[in-house]
Amino acid sequence: MTTDSWLTLAFYVLAFLLVVGALGVVLLPRIVHAALALVFFFFITSGVYVLLQAEFIAATQVIIYVGAITVLFLFAIMLTNRSYAPDSNPGNSQWMAAALVALVTAGILLATFLESALPVSNLATPGGVTDVTRTLGELLMGPFLLPFEAAGLLLLAAMIGAIVIARET
Amino acid sequence: MPSYVWLIPLLPLAGLIVNFLLMVFGGMRQSRVSGYVAILAMGAAFVLSVLALFWAMGQPRSTDMPIPVVGSFNWYTAGGVAFPLGAIFDPLAVVMLVVVTFVSTLVQIYSQGYMDGDPGYARYYAFMCLFTMSMLGLVIAPNFLQMYIFWELVGVSSYLLIGFWWGRPSAAAAAKKAFITTRVGDLGFLIGILILFTQTHTFDFAKIADAVKTGSLGGTTLAIAMILVFAGAVGKSAQFPLHAWLPDAMEGPTPVSALIHAATMVAAGVYMVARTMPIFQGSPEAMLVVAWIGGFTALFAATQGLVMSDIKRVLAYSTISQLGYMMLGLGLGSLTAGTFHLVTHAFFKALLFLAAGAVIHGTGGEQNMFYMGGLFKKMPVTALTFLAGSLALAAIPPFAGFWSKDEIVGAAYQSGNVVLFLFAIITAGLTAFYIFRAWFMTFLGERRLNPELVAAAAHGGYSNGHDGHGLDAHGHLTDGHDTGHGHSGHAPGDAHESPLVMTGPLIVLAILAVVAGFIGSPLFHGAFQGFVAGSQEADVAIDVPLAALSTGIGLLGILIAWAFYGAHWLSAEAFTAKLRPIYLLFLNRYYVDDIYGWLVGTVLLGLSHGFAWFDRAIVDGIVNGVAWLSYAIFGRVLTWAETGRMPNYALGFFVGVIIIAGIVVGIPVGH
Amino acid sequence: MTITLTHFLVLSGIIFSIGLFGVLAKRNVVSILMSIEMMFNAVNITLVAFSRYLPVPASNSAARGLNGQVFALFIIAVAAAEAAVALAIILAVYRGRRTVSVEDVNLMKW
Repeated sequence: MTTDSWLTLAFYVLAFLLVVGALGVVLLPRIVHAALALVFFFFITSGVYVLLQAEFIAATQVIIYVGAITVLFLFAIMLTNRSYAPDSNPGNSQWMAAALVALVTAGILLATFLESALPVSNLATPGGVTDVTRTLGELLMGPFLLPFEAAGLLLLAAMIGAIVIARET
Repeated sequence: MPSYVWLIPLLPLAGLIVNFLLMVFGGMRQSRVSGYVAILAMGAAFVLSVLALFWAMGQPRSTDMPIPVVGSFNWYTAGGVAFPLGAIFDPLAVVMLVVVTFVSTLVQIYSQGYMDGDPGYARYYAFMCLFTMSMLGLVIAPNFLQMYIFWELVGVSSYLLIGFWWGRPSAAAAAKKAFITTRVGDLGFLIGILILFTQTHTFDFAKIADAVKTGSLGGTTLAIAMILVFAGAVGKSAQFPLHAWLPDAMEGPTPVSALIHAATMVAAGVYMVARTMPIFQGSPEAMLVVAWIGGFTALFAATQGLVMSDIKRVLAYSTISQLGYMMLGLGLGSLTAGTFHLVTHAFFKALLFLAAGAVIHGTGGEQNMFYMGGLFKKMPVTALTFLAGSLALAAIPPFAGFWSKDEIVGAAYQSGNVVLFLFAIITAGLTAFYIFRAWFMTFLGERRLNPELVAAAAHGGYSNGHDGHGLDAHGHLTDGHDTGHGHSGHAPGDAHESPLVMTGPLIVLAILAVVAGFIGSPLFHGAFQGFVAGSQEADVAIDVPLAALSTGIGLLGILIAWAFYGAHWLSAEAFTAKLRPIYLLFLNRYYVDDIYGWLVGTVLLGLSHGFAWFDRAIVDGIVNGVAWLSYAIFGRVLTWAETGRMPNYALGFFVGVIIIAGIVVGIPVGH
Repeated sequence: MTITLTHFLVLSGIIFSIGLFGVLAKRNVVSILMSIEMMFNAVNITLVAFSRYLPVPASNSAARGLNGQVFALFIIAVAAAEAAVALAIILAVYRGRRTVSVEDVNLMKW
């Protein structure tokens, strides 16, 4: 098979798994199961990034989302549930309206995407860049230095804030 | 145009301001200085008016000469329309200026005697100055707007002066009645002015007259507008049906009645019609209305004057009747007839009122003619001057009234309108009758006393006056006579001649009552008519048969009055007993006042109650209903949307996002 | 068929909508947060896809077409911070109210 057909296959498989994972997060009745589905989702997303030749992002995704944020969620679930109840992730009273809204949103988005004539480049790599990671690093330390530092500051503030809010009084 | 003419209306204004300042800051409420100030101002205005008259007489005149407007300046501009103020000094205006200032000066001098000792002395003179200023302003007004302003000012002055003794309920009520009745007429006046304005976009008399001449203004619109304008004259000049206020206005001091309700203010309506005659002539229908109302009022009022017992009320009805004559003359198209009668009437009616005032003053407040009599010996000057005025009013040649009334009768005859002519002739007879009835009852025979007064005097009280000043020196309501007069009270039956300050003006006016008519007679070749109408001479040949007819009727009236009240060949009581229904009709003033009372009290009040109910129940109901609606329905609905639950809010949020996104995406896609 | 930009965008749109459904339809607030994270990821996929497939505009040669990836990186950082704070709030609310049901926190109703 050609590279192209491998890529197509990979995409469809990943897409399918991604959707399955997403639906799992939303529909599984026990919240722990939903959290695990979320982990699965993050992994598959990382795979999609690889498909898009954004290796650094893929790695970052795994480290941060799968590594840190998942742990965060699991701790939260552990600390806020009284029992390992079978019905700890129910739908609320407006789930039908929500489904409708979600469907309409999907419709609008898909309509937009499918109707738009998007310019496509025929470069093999994003922007013709061969060493993406190195370039990203140069960008972060160069033109995007300010957002980078600001993000650091934001993380510090969030950390302090979280500690303050969640501590026992 | 001599520059001093501006001072003529401004001098009384200065008098008013000085008097006001004296009153407020000088505390001089009863000082004779107020009188002197007013007389000085008025006299100076009179002198200037006479000078202006001489100047105007020396000007070349033609019938088509444009009216000289002096000193027009733009008072206000709004929406592209200018509202100018200015002054006219054409012959008509100048004649009126002379008449008004002259009569006003004489009345002020007379008032020095009549109002002596009254606690409101300074206030009286201040109001007199206000009135004269307003009247003069009205006379020189070159456009409707200015005339209306001063028209209203004159109405206010009248209100203030009728209600001068405001402590008396009847006087206050009379002042209110006068103001409100004239206000009804003024409403029509204003609407008429506005209609004319919408058609011609100007208030100026000359410009509107031009529009009428060129034919751009005419037909039904002009007729309606001018009839409405005439409504103002109907109110101000006390024509039917807005006449009821004038007899009641006799509650004011007699000099006020003389000046305002005989000679000048009520003549403002006549003057206005004369001034706007070129506009009226564009509408024959309006002229007919003027003539008919005038003619009818003349007869109507004269019939009521026949039965009055109060001497001032006889004169009041006489004024209404004579004003009707003037309107008749103007309505038939004769500008000169109407204005000529205006001038002569001003003189002899002022004379009659002042003489009546002297009678009242001299008898210590008696106004009821049934309780007078035999006063000729006690006050001969008053009696003779009253006689002169009566002869002038009865239109006996060569007295002044004859020339002017004859011209009106002549105009009626020439118009071919039989009914109006009959009205004029019959009224002439009635006029002679009632005025000589008054004279005979007052001055001849033996004094008849009021039995109540005799009884009261026997118990040591003061004579009880009808004209008694309503407030004594301390401002308390009294029913008594002028306590500050130096008399400690008359015994009933006392009567005396008035002081010179009062009889002097009487004599002057009596002389004028005799000779004033000549300026419009063939002897002077119709100088008056020519002057006013703008040509050098006018044709004033006397139609001898007609003159003989009207004079004969007048003499007949005097004779009948003599028969009843002079020589007592016939009995007035028996006669009225036979014709009792008619007598009652006249005595009750045709029940006009009762009808008006019913209209206002029952109809108007009922309507008001209805509207009040409507306002409360429906208008307020709607407002309250809207409030109820918003809380009961909208409030409840919106409350339901506020659940406090985050998912609901998030849902609403995203619904909004979808809508906006749909619009943003849909528009380019749709194209 | 060749995988184009549109494929990735459609995928991301579907994920976004599923995440939206989860935000609006779940009762457990932690679950809502998980759905929000899913929406973030969908957006990230979009950004990276654009960065991969769109031609580089000449005026943007400084970033050399990697704008999308840089943006995605920052979104990851911010999402992490936001998740931390949000979970801290949830813990605080749980301590006071003993519930994580979003329908029970409704004191602001009329």
